[in-house]
Amino acid sequence: MTAFFTALLNSLDIGLLLFVIAVGLNIVFGVLNVINFAHGALYMIGAYLGFSLIAMLGWPFWAALIVAPLGVAALAVVLDRLVLRFIYGREITDSLLLTFALLLVLNESVRMIWGSGIHVVEPPALLAGTLDLPGGVRYPVYNLFVIGVGLAMLAGLWALFNRSRVGRIMRAASLDADMAKALGINTRLVVTGAFAFGAWLAAVGGVVAAPMRAIDPGMGDKIIIESFIVVVIGGLGSFPGALIGALVLGAIHAFGGRYFPEVNMVLPFIGMALVLLVKPNGLMGKGAA
Amino acid sequence: MKNAIVLIVLAAVLAGLVALPWVAPYFYIFLGTEVLILGLFAASFNLVFGYSGMLSFGHAAFYGIGAYATALILLHLEWPFLACLVVAMGAGALLALVIGFLSVRLDEVYFAMLTLAFGMMVFAVAHQWRSVTNGSDGIAGFMLGDFAPGVDWSLGDPAVYYHVVLGVVVVAAAVLYLICRSSFGLILRAIRQNPERVSFCGLDVRRYRLAAFTVAGAFAGLSGALMAPFLRVASPEMLHWSMSAEPVLMSILGGTGYFLGPFFGAAIFVLLESWITGFTDAWMLVLGVMLALMVMFFRRGVLGTLLDWVQGNHD
Amino acid sequence: MTDTTTNESGPVLQIRDLSRRFGGVAAVSGIDLDVAPRETVAIIGPNGAGKTTLYNMVSGRLKPTTGTLTFEGRDITGLAPHRISRLGVSRSFQINNIFTEMTVRENVEVALTALHGWGKRWFNVATRAKPLQDEADTLLERLSLGELAQKRAGTISYGDKRLLEIAVVLATRPRLVLLDEPTAGMTPQETKRVTALIKSLAESGDYTFLITEHDMDVVFGVADRILVMHRGEALVVGTPAEVRDHPEVRRAYLGEEDEEDAEDKETAS
Repeated sequence: MTAFFTALLNSLDIGLLLFVIAVGLNIVFGVLNVINFAHGALYMIGAYLGFSLIAMLGWPFWAALIVAPLGVAALAVVLDRLVLRFIYGREITDSLLLTFALLLVLNESVRMIWGSGIHVVEPPALLAGTLDLPGGVRYPVYNLFVIGVGLAMLAGLWALFNRSRVGRIMRAASLDADMAKALGINTRLVVTGAFAFGAWLAAVGGVVAAPMRAIDPGMGDKIIIESFIVVVIGGLGSFPGALIGALVLGAIHAFGGRYFPEVNMVLPFIGMALVLLVKPNGLMGKGAA
Repeated sequence: MKNAIVLIVLAAVLAGLVALPWVAPYFYIFLGTEVLILGLFAASFNLVFGYSGMLSFGHAAFYGIGAYATALILLHLEWPFLACLVVAMGAGALLALVIGFLSVRLDEVYFAMLTLAFGMMVFAVAHQWRSVTNGSDGIAGFMLGDFAPGVDWSLGDPAVYYHVVLGVVVVAAAVLYLICRSSFGLILRAIRQNPERVSFCGLDVRRYRLAAFTVAGAFAGLSGALMAPFLRVASPEMLHWSMSAEPVLMSILGGTGYFLGPFFGAAIFVLLESWITGFTDAWMLVLGVMLALMVMFFRRGVLGTLLDWVQGNHD
Repeated sequence: MTDTTTNESGPVLQIRDLSRRFGGVAAVSGIDLDVAPRETVAIIGPNGAGKTTLYNMVSGRLKPTTGTLTFEGRDITGLAPHRISRLGVSRSFQINNIFTEMTVRENVEVALTALHGWGKRWFNVATRAKPLQDEADTLLERLSLGELAQKRAGTISYGDKRLLEIAVVLATRPRLVLLDEPTAGMTPQETKRVTALIKSLAESGDYTFLITEHDMDVVFGVADRILVMHRGEALVVGTPAEVRDHPEVRRAYLGEEDEEDAEDKETAS
């Protein structure tokens, strides 16, 4: 029973972290109609920037959590202005190719700047250690913090999309760019903004993940595949889909790791394949045929 | 007239390739072998990308499974090489059939995502299923025996192996070319331009895409089977997405609109790689920058741009 | 699957209570129509009347919200486009929808391949089945596109593209042909050419036609019957003479602007 409860908490911390990252992928897709293959690399750069600020410059964790994602968002603005603007309005294939090229460049840049080794970030003193929960479950405080961050982001994003002007503009732009333009919305700004916001979300995920996971040049690859599985399970472009997909994948990891360690690694793919067979557009996808 | 020129150029190139081991330094035999194998790999990718209009970021899965199949057979069963090639093609086709079945269901965005994801699944399996794949070290220590039962060509000799690769690649390329020129290839080109119109002509677009993907998987498997004995190892890197990036760049470098574009691109790619890795190990960075520049400014590829220029001069 | 009540002489296409909603908006609602063999039925109505939505449902591009479609006694409601096409229904599009990077002949070959298949000709892949090319040329001659066979489809004139589209439609040997504004954007000469073509095809007795068209001269020139649509609904179905004299049509279709103005005034006051 304790093991079950621990796995349940585990699915939440894995799932909510994935949600934050996958929702960024979804936002970029919604506005640009393109899957950003470099999304995982931006997550990774968030983690590495956080590492540099904390471990090398001696900043407090909280400062890094604020500053590193802003740095990545600024990088995204530069990439958008420098590279992506060339292919707006071209075939989707070209956009996919270009974000894929960005993935290669960013991955290799990380390797050049920070090396191929593994780095570790300690959680802040406030969040170190474990906590005894009712039912005899002992759980790391930091992982509970991750769950808290995930829930806060969930609430914040929900409010942003449903209660704010910015959210309504983004939704309008994702539904119909021409219509948005006709309404006097600066679509250029929205596109750049959405790309930067998606990158910011990925980087927040990266900094939050840093004390929980090892930082290495392969972490971006892992997370982009996970994010793909999330959006395929949930339905590409769907906000509730990203949440459900992330929680499903979190559960697969947490329970699969505990009860089926032999095949744990392929379970997410099997889950994705099943969804594709039964509901190709995802559990929350539009136009279920 | 135009066809005659093309034929003469092709014959000259082919003659040069056959003669290469006798006229060029040893080093170029290795480069030549690599160009031929990767060219076939890229050409199989371009059947999916250039002809059918589907961008796959997981093509290394089929190349890699061909390499692993060959390495495993040579290590444990010691079959003749020809048998390895056949099995590798079958393995590539089968894997492509399964991955393709799940990936061609929706649009190109999903296709690109799913092929990358499933490709990385195969990578993860090879990486962690140590009892069979030997994990991150890969499978090495296998020996090439006969080419076919009773046909011993001493394949261990690089020059001989180069000629075998040349023969296999030329035959495979010819078959691929016939497929592209066939009614099947015609439908694929039609699907790339306008899938909806094709379905309103009464053809099941999804089935054609799956067929193209499966055929491409078979030829990618074949190229992997040729590569494993050349590298003397079948390792997880051959399955990684960065390996899938190579045929993408080769096809775009050469020109996706031409059958020989990917081979041309492979030649540029291998030469550039051997030159650039001489003074930096950030080859992936260069690869990414090149891909970005090609997509932004030279979408028709080097061969395409070159041919446009030649034709422009004739007019 | 097969409706036993219809026989050879029954309607080719039977539309029953067909509706399609987008969100809360009904693009097509409650259409009933029987199209007899070898008949040419024109569908007219102002923009947004639901003509193209109706076409999209008949050809399988859209699934109806309610209602049934029966082709030659077989229920085709909600089938995939390629299945409906295989049964013998072929359509053209309002906007040119051809393979621009291929030659004119290859465009037709694609459709012919769909008709004949290529499975049996695997061994002949290299030359791509000469009979297919001959058949394509015959069809192109018939539409006076023979001289353009080797040209790239993207480079021929607009009118020729529209004709090529019809050639592709005919190449699948349909029994029911849906043409969506076949003369849209054509010069008067080209329009005459297409009208004459449709007439001769209709007279050949091989086809049943459903045509949408804005040009009333074309409509009254080729149609046996006319369905007038207005805001998704069938206003009138009848012979050209009946439709021409129908008071509601005159008011709703020809004098639509006035009526809407009147409505606006009513709601304003």
